[in-house]
Amino acid sequence: MKHKLMGSWEIKKTNSSSALKKFGISGISIVLGLLFAGLFVLITGKDPLQLYSEILQSSFGSFYGFSETLVEMIPLALCSLGVSLAFRMQLWNIGAEGQFCMGAFGATYFALFFSELPKLIMLPLMLMAGFICGGLWALIPALPKAFWNVSETISSLLLNYVAYFWIAYLVYGPWKDPKGNNFPLTKQFPESATIPVFGDTRVSYAIFLVLLIAAAMFFLIKYSKWGYEISVSGSSRKAADYAGMSYVKNVLMVMFLSGAISGIAGMAEVSGVLHRLQQTISPGYGYTAILIALLARLNPLSILLVSFLMGALLVGGFSLQTSGFPSSMVSMFQGSILFFVLAGEVFNNYRLVRKKV
Amino acid sequence: MSLTNRRDSRRFVVMFERVRSMENTPMVEMRKISKEFPGILANDQVSFDVNSGEIHALLGENGAGKSTLMSVLTGLYRPDGGEIYIEGKRVEFLSPKDAVNNSIGMVHQHFKLVQPFTVAENVMLSIKGLKQIYNLKEIEQQIIKQSEAFGLSVNPKAKIWQLSVGEQQRVEIIKLLLLGAKVLILDEPTAVLTPQEAKALFETLAKMVKSGKSVILISHKMNEVLENTNRITVLRDGKSIGTVYTQNTNEKELAKMMVGRNISDPLERKSSRKEEKIFSLDKVSALGNNGLLKLKNISFDIYAGEILGIAGVDGNGQKELAGAVAGLRSIKTGRISFCNRDCTKSGRKKRMNLGISYVPEDRMTTGLAPDLNAYENMALNSYRGYRGCFIRWDKVRKDTDRLIRKFDVRLASTANPVKMMSGGNIQKLLLAREIDSDPLLIVAVYPMRGLDIGATDYVKRLLLEQSEKGKAVLLISEDLEDLLSMTDRIIVIYEGEIMGVVKPSETTLEEIGLMMAGKRKVVSS
Repeated sequence: MKHKLMGSWEIKKTNSSSALKKFGISGISIVLGLLFAGLFVLITGKDPLQLYSEILQSSFGSFYGFSETLVEMIPLALCSLGVSLAFRMQLWNIGAEGQFCMGAFGATYFALFFSELPKLIMLPLMLMAGFICGGLWALIPALPKAFWNVSETISSLLLNYVAYFWIAYLVYGPWKDPKGNNFPLTKQFPESATIPVFGDTRVSYAIFLVLLIAAAMFFLIKYSKWGYEISVSGSSRKAADYAGMSYVKNVLMVMFLSGAISGIAGMAEVSGVLHRLQQTISPGYGYTAILIALLARLNPLSILLVSFLMGALLVGGFSLQTSGFPSSMVSMFQGSILFFVLAGEVFNNYRLVRKKV
Repeated sequence: MSLTNRRDSRRFVVMFERVRSMENTPMVEMRKISKEFPGILANDQVSFDVNSGEIHALLGENGAGKSTLMSVLTGLYRPDGGEIYIEGKRVEFLSPKDAVNNSIGMVHQHFKLVQPFTVAENVMLSIKGLKQIYNLKEIEQQIIKQSEAFGLSVNPKAKIWQLSVGEQQRVEIIKLLLLGAKVLILDEPTAVLTPQEAKALFETLAKMVKSGKSVILISHKMNEVLENTNRITVLRDGKSIGTVYTQNTNEKELAKMMVGRNISDPLERKSSRKEEKIFSLDKVSALGNNGLLKLKNISFDIYAGEILGIAGVDGNGQKELAGAVAGLRSIKTGRISFCNRDCTKSGRKKRMNLGISYVPEDRMTTGLAPDLNAYENMALNSYRGYRGCFIRWDKVRKDTDRLIRKFDVRLASTANPVKMMSGGNIQKLLLAREIDSDPLLIVAVYPMRGLDIGATDYVKRLLLEQSEKGKAVLLISEDLEDLLSMTDRIIVIYEGEIMGVVKPSETTLEEIGLMMAGKRKVVSS
């Protein structure tokens, strides 16, 4: 179909789109999104360029800033890898935030109540706990989806609040540190329950886990039989049935693994960064992860890149407060970027051409 | 009306029309219509005209541009070039409403009726400028008047869902008549009808043109076009190949115009049926998706080398039957056995391994995963065969390239999602995969539906060739000519029950038609 536009120009549908073109379109969209958000900064009387340079300064300008960006990247990338797996099968798991919390909960349990265990046993145990708790939490919306086709979108979203308040209950109630001056925190983990960090930064060895999971997911999707079943099921459930694939089994497995990876992110956060469980363990990692997965078009390697950039934006956001802006300004930047990237999708399939006369 | 009478009257109409056309302008004239879509010129300077009192057929393969041309005439598309004249007056249609106001109406393949409403209420819906207080009685009376005038018997008080497909089609026609349509466009109207219903439809159309209306018939069935029209315009690749008087042409000439070459000789079928029983259903009943009983007590056997046909009007249990045989639908009662071994309980995966291939009706979303490319789709049956957790894509690629060459599948790039491929090539790809798995039984549901002549011919030959190789084929089709020319036996089903089993050499279209309409075969003893 052709649409009239500005007289001598028109938008034409094309049936192909190269990877390079897609990449370019995403890049231009992100820049336009930042420019658009800059307009709002301009209204407040500040110089948007100066603001952006401050963000860049604080996230990349120093070794410390760079290391902080990596700290933010770890949970973002893990949650995003988790949701991207479910998205690939057209399962809209937007419960990464809750699965992250439950993963943190599972890991904390072992850190608090089996504190005598040596590090070599403790850390794998915490990892398993985070994996299983996050996975089971995602299985709750997956079961009604698999058997009765109940929308997983709503149920996974609502469970985020349940998980959030479960954490709140624990840190205000039974798990509160008696010596913590009544702050909603657990007591600090023993040394055996913390993931080692690089030098004097806060970047934990969990970053290797991120790289490992991203690589594994890349091979899973591209070469494995199961990854193939996920792709077929995501394209057409009828085709999956036709080929004798079990849709129910795949929904359950994909959702479990999706939640489990977000659970690992929760474990990495409490064990690698915070060293305790507290009420505010996530500034919305699980939600930003959805945005990252979409921006990266579900490609595991692109997710690494995009979550690094989003991490930088978050770190920059924290420093914005010193310039008199709320750090939630970053949410507006994210929204603006997503808006432009989604709108830019049109140009993957359409092309602007000069009209023939 | 007997056949000869109808021919005579048609001849008269043609002569009459010739005389008139010298002094009168045509009812509709389309001049040099062009319409471009990305990558294809759907209509390339097509000229076409219809006189009043004429049935004019638009004949052509799929994708020849028939539907595009009619969409331009009904105001759905705006042409990139060309002009439309109605009774000699230049018109420009900005929306379908403009076409309706110019007395042009179309009966689409998929009817636009509200199921829970009555006939009269549906007709009322389409009437523009209805008064606030309407008179349902008056509308009902008008419906009766129109239906009597043209032999469109239908009860105005009946609810749509209670009507047969043929009756629903009549409602659509009445709707157009009451809107004041002088030009009626019918898009493949006989695709959903039994032979008897089709005959009745053409009688109605003959009455309508006698009263001065014009009918445009979109079709790709040469026989019905030859029997029922005055003139035929053939489209191919978006161009008009020419307009001929029906009485001056024949099947061979039309086929040549349609495909641009002589089509190969008619199929020759020698039965290759062997005594070895491959597959049997024993008193099988099954539910449809809506939970109603769609298969009732079905029993039959298929033998090696046999092509067994299933005839019936669409929606009488064909889909459920195919699902039950392929293993996608679990059955309620009865037994299923394959090579004398019970497989009633085994699902699709098991039956695939046993050697049952399945070419489903819905090729684009069931037979193939639309977003995946050709390679990935070719692995749909075979991916489990690789050892370990990984698929060897290099081998899949090699196999796919071989099959694409062997089955002459044409695609722009194997890396594109298959949803970008054309219908004929999609079916070839699917058949290539299903046949390459070397099955014992091939279940093919409407395998020729929507394909052009060339592709249809190819698919038919492929199925015949497979049966000659000793494979059993269950062929579900709505095209009785195909069933008669290809199969060893034909089972006719109606509302999920077997009405009778016939041999193509010992039956007639009429007999099958009656069974399709629910009359059980009389077994003479």
